[in-house]
This record gives sequence, C-alpha cells and structure tokens, in this order.
Amino acid sequence: MRRTRILAGLAALLAVTAACTPAPEPKPIATPGVEPSGEIELWHFFTDREAKAIDGIIADFQAKYPKVKVTVKGGQDDSKVVQAIGAGTGPDVAISYSTDIVGKFCATGGWVDLTPYVQRDGVDLKVMPEVVRSYTEFRGKRCAMPFLADAYGFYFNKKMLADAGIANPPKTLDELTEAAKKLTVRKPDGTIERAGFLPLFGFYENSPSHLGPMVGAQWLKPDGTSAIGGDPQWQALLKWQKDLVDWYGYDKLEKFRASLGDEWSADNAFQKGQIAMAVDGEWRLAFLKDQAPNVEYGVSPLPTADASRYGSGYISGNVIGVSRTAKNPEAAWALVKYLTLDQGAQVKLSNGIRNVPTLTSALTAPDLQVDDNFKVFLSIFAHAQSGTTPPSAVGPAYQETFGTFVDAWQSGQKKDLPAGLSEVDKQINDVIKLAG
Amino acid sequence: MATVTLTEGRKTSALRRGARGSRRPRLVVLTFIGPALLGLIVFLGYPLVAAVYFSFTRFTLINPPEWVGLANWRYLFQDPLVGIAARNTLWLTAAMVPARIVGALLTAMLLNAMKRSRSAYRTLFYLPALAPPVTATIAFVLLLKPQTGPLDTMLRWLGIDGPRWFNDPAWAKPALVLLSLWAVGDLMIIFVAALLDVPVDLYEAASLDGANAWQKFRYVTLPTIRPVLVFATITGIIGCAQYFTQAAVAASVASNQVTGGGGVSGTFGYPQNSMLTYPMWLYTEGFRYNLFGYANVLALLLFAVSMSITVILIRRFKAFTRGES
Repeated sequence: MRRTRILAGLAALLAVTAACTPAPEPKPIATPGVEPSGEIELWHFFTDREAKAIDGIIADFQAKYPKVKVTVKGGQDDSKVVQAIGAGTGPDVAISYSTDIVGKFCATGGWVDLTPYVQRDGVDLKVMPEVVRSYTEFRGKRCAMPFLADAYGFYFNKKMLADAGIANPPKTLDELTEAAKKLTVRKPDGTIERAGFLPLFGFYENSPSHLGPMVGAQWLKPDGTSAIGGDPQWQALLKWQKDLVDWYGYDKLEKFRASLGDEWSADNAFQKGQIAMAVDGEWRLAFLKDQAPNVEYGVSPLPTADASRYGSGYISGNVIGVSRTAKNPEAAWALVKYLTLDQGAQVKLSNGIRNVPTLTSALTAPDLQVDDNFKVFLSIFAHAQSGTTPPSAVGPAYQETFGTFVDAWQSGQKKDLPAGLSEVDKQINDVIKLAG
Repeated sequence: MATVTLTEGRKTSALRRGARGSRRPRLVVLTFIGPALLGLIVFLGYPLVAAVYFSFTRFTLINPPEWVGLANWRYLFQDPLVGIAARNTLWLTAAMVPARIVGALLTAMLLNAMKRSRSAYRTLFYLPALAPPVTATIAFVLLLKPQTGPLDTMLRWLGIDGPRWFNDPAWAKPALVLLSLWAVGDLMIIFVAALLDVPVDLYEAASLDGANAWQKFRYVTLPTIRPVLVFATITGIIGCAQYFTQAAVAASVASNQVTGGGGVSGTFGYPQNSMLTYPMWLYTEGFRYNLFGYANVLALLLFAVSMSITVILIRRFKAFTRGES
C-alpha cells in the first residue's frame, strides 16, 4: 500500500514536472501596413558609454514610432534571457553579445523566425554582406538580425617596427614570424621583456576562431558535423603557431603572459608596449584613444598563409531577435527592423559604440565617422573571404572543444596533430548529436 | 459466514478506534513539522524528481522536454571533460577540507592560548572571511601575480624564482587551497567556541595523570570537539562539491580577461582545465551548451556522491558517540 502511494506520488510529481514546462505558442503576424503600437521591453548587455548610445537610438525610434513605448534594461546576460523566455516572461526584444547564441535560439524557437516579417515587408537581406547573413540564421531559420559587427585586424606599434627596420606590417605568416622574432627583446637570463607577437592561443583575442581566417580554415561541414580534422588548413595554422611558440619557449611565454595586465584595462600589453603586434577587434581603437593616446600604432588586415586571402579577417558581432514570449511582436519587429535596416540608425549606432555597421550602404555613408584605422576594419568586413564561426545548437561547444586541444598542443602535451584533430572531430560530433 | 463478518467488523472498528487514538499525536507532530516538510517537498523533493525526469530528456529550458531515453546517461562516458572536472573537484576536496580544518584548528588553539590582545587577533584572522568571494579572489590572484605581484617581488628579493601560481596547471589548485586557508576565519570562530567549551577539569585531571601536551590534545581536546570536527568535515565536503565562484574568478583574472564580452564562463578552467571544477562543467553544459538534460545527469551524480559521503560520515559519527556513551 505504502509503495503504491509513493509510486502514485512520484507519478503525480512527474506529471506536474512535464506539465509545468512551457509550450510554444505561435503568434500570427499582422497584415501589411499595420502601424506598430503598444509597449515593448528591450534587454541588452551594454553598460556605461555604450548603454547611453543605445538610449539615444531608442529615443529616435520612439520619435519615429510615437505609439510604441520602449522600456530598456541594460547589463543583461544571455543566460538570463534564456531563463526568462523559458519561464514564459522576458523581453520582447533582446540583444546578445555573441553569435554563439543564434543556434540555440533558432533551434529551440526561443527567438521567433523573422522570415514571415521579412517577406511581408519585402526586405531584401542582400543589403548585408553574406557573412553577416550566415551567422544570423540557423538551419534555414532567420531568427536573428545583425546588430553591428566586429571585425578583427592586426595592430602594430609603428615606432617599434621602425626601430627594428621593418617598413611595413607583415602580410604573410612567414613575415609575421620574422617580424615577431626581430621585435622580441629578451632579458640577459633569456626571459622575455617584450614579445614581438604573443602566439599563445587563449591570450587576449588569440582564439582559433579569430586566427582561423588567416588560413581560411573551416569549422563545420554543411551537415553540421565537425570539419576540423579533415581540413588541412587547421594543421597548417597549428604547425605555424607551434613553431613560433617553440622559438620563444612555451614556459617563457607563459611566464611572460602571466605578468601582463588585463586585456580590457589600461594595462593592456599592446597599449603598454609589452607586445609589438597583436590581433584585436575594431573596439581597440576606442580603448587606445581613451587609455593610451600616446601610442603610435597602425592597423592592417591579418597576415595570411596565402597572399590571395590578404585583406580578409574574422567577422562576428552582436545579434538581435524577437522573443517567442514577446507580448507585442509587431512593435518588437518594428524596433528590430529600425535598428538593423535603417541606415541612419546604423550610422549613429556605429559612431556611438564604435562597432562596424552591418548594412553595406552604411559602410560608405558620408556621416559615418571614419579614420584611416577604422577604414581598415570596414574593408575587412566587406572582404569576400572574411570568415565567421557558424551557429550551432550547442553554442560555442565546438570551438571550446577545439580550444581544449590547442591548449594541450601548444604546451607540447599532444604531439600527434592528425590523431588529435580526429579525436576533436569525434568529441564535437558526439556533443552535436546529443543536442539533436 | 455471518460470524466471520461480525468478527472482522469488530476487529475493524477496534482498529479504527486505535488508529483514531494514535492519530491525534501524529497530527500534532505533523502540524509542527508541516511547514518544514512542505519546504522539503517543494524545494528538495520536487526538484529532485524533476531532475531525474529531465535527465532522460533533451531539455533546453525554452521548449518542453523531449524524451531521449538513456542518451544523456550514455554521453557521460563520451564527455571529454567530465572526468577532468570530477578529478579536480576530488583533488580540491581532499586537499582543501583537511587543510582548512587543520588551519582553523591551529589558529583557534593559538588564539585561545594567547594571554593578551586575543580579541584583536581574533578579529584580524576573521576579517578575510568577511570579504565577498569575488573581491577576495581577485585580490588574492593579484597578490600572487607572477613577476609583478607583491609575493613574487618579495620572493625575488630572496633570490627565489616563484611559481606561476594561478597561471600554472600544477600550481593553480594549490593556490586555490591557499586562498581557502587565507579565508579560514569562519571555521576558526567555530573552533574557538568549541575549544572554549572543553571542560578545564579534564585538562587538570590529565595533567595529574602526567599527560603531556600532545596527549592532552589527543585524548581530551579531540574527543570533546569531535562533533564540531564532523560538522566541519561534512560542510567542508559539501562546500567543495559546489566549489565554483573562486575557481571561476581566479581563472578569469589569471587569464587576463576579467571582463570579456563573452562572459566569465569563456575562461572556465584556465590554465589547461586545471581549475575546471565539476559544478563549473555542469553550468557550462547547461547554460553555455544548452544541454540541460545532460546537466541534470551531472547534477544527480553530484547529489548522489554528496549524499553518500554525508550519510557515511553521519553514521560513523553516531557510532563514535554511541561508543563514548
């Protein structure tokens, strides 16, 4: 009897558990020409100066759409958005800092497929570069739109290069190796005082995803499984990197790295002249202006293995979407459309936040504030061979699984590169299979 | 047949009367423990049953769970990092719990033995425990920062080339143990109280019997404070099983990326997964990789291990006290 009661209790709990989880509720979209109105909530991750820029653009939106009232909540995190949507609440519109979230939101339907809105309003998505379109959709679902982009380039200290007799920044990996060696200064005991280039993966922006476009390496096959083990470009990149690490000495590099300041502080090693060349995003321009105005630096595209790839780089960015739980999806779409497809809004946002606009037309807009350095990032962004990390249902799991391997590779723990990369493939495919 | 029915009927009514009689005290007991019981059912029983159910599903927090049978449990044997994370947590537990107990006990004994300024020193040793874990960890990592940190600078004055601490896979976990020792004040205060509770006449009797300092500690102090030791061990193990914040912050600061745009979980485990603890991996699988079904498998295993260790320790503790009585 007691056993039956316990079993009945457990069954009831299970039933409650299954029933408590929310079910998707598809919402029909309005007919063409309907004027958006009502209240919506926007969650974003920006703070301080950047949050003010968002407030400014939201004020412009409300002036254009006076019947829509937008409540803005800054400093939000992706996991908060996921939990809120799962609980049936959350924002109407959310901005994420990472394209890694796109696969998750598309696969689960956490963000609605915007295709019906795009088609209804006759939006031509070719107004954005192909790479940007690719990281905002997943398995044929356009559940996100690009909200400004980040392009990764190559920063170099002009004075240090000139002192070392290097006339131009390196364009190839071999030139980068040569320049890195020339620019490195060691103490009498052999420890590093200044690194020409710090090649360790995991240091600042030196991730495989950011350096992959130097060789044109691929992450995933069209069927969503890992392409790493079968792509010789990864092997080429890792061998080049390991050779340079070994030239410095892994332990010496790690010791030097441990002494450096935080990437996002005024103690950034490039800003302090502790490294002569670095891979970094366009946002570093604003940091340099604020925190290290006296550094004489220049910007160029990433050095590449193949000269034909020179000019390209890694592209990523922020993404924006409409929650499945949006109380007012029509007004939410109006806001997304304004922020991502209105040239004036894009230019103003880019000028305020100092990220790259995602509309091709905005790149050449006369009111876009550009200097010679920023122009380099605009050209990297527009380059046909620039690459990105494709969305996946497991977010960044495939990149981080590879990251674990490259950690072991650069330290010398793993020596068999092809076997190691095959193992990485298996691990990635296992986790992707689990996600479904 | 009628007799049988009558006898059975009498038995039943007698049973009912007995049941009614014994129900009253039961009801009183239930009334008193009701609120606590309700809390246990809602906040422990329900989540536990739900976790078991979710562990057999593909669950994303966004959509209703989809039944996948044993797929999540099978993946446990394919997961490349769960073993490393579990070993790190075991290492930290094995090192941190005894280190904290010994450190706290020694500090408490020293404080109790002091004749002057005892309160001032007690406050001084307790202060680090009041610091928020994030702030304390940041401060500690910077204190131990290779080349530029104060400790490394002092070591170099002495001609010693210090280790890379949080930047070295071999030293990162010992550095976390040092951090936990620095903030041992919470446990120290409990030991101070327990030591003050040891009857002085026991020490006097031991002295008359010719016991030396070690024998007094071994045969008087330790048995008397045994319940506190067991408490410290159990709470220590549970705390280590959930060890997260300090390892996450230390990895973030040591990897030179305190406030990266990708969030703090992007640097979990640095260097070379040496600071990746089991709860951090559980969090990563759930919130970063969107595999909440599998994260529930990891949570259930963590619960089972913690619960087993707690039960074993409590049983052993009971055996001790029975032996004493």
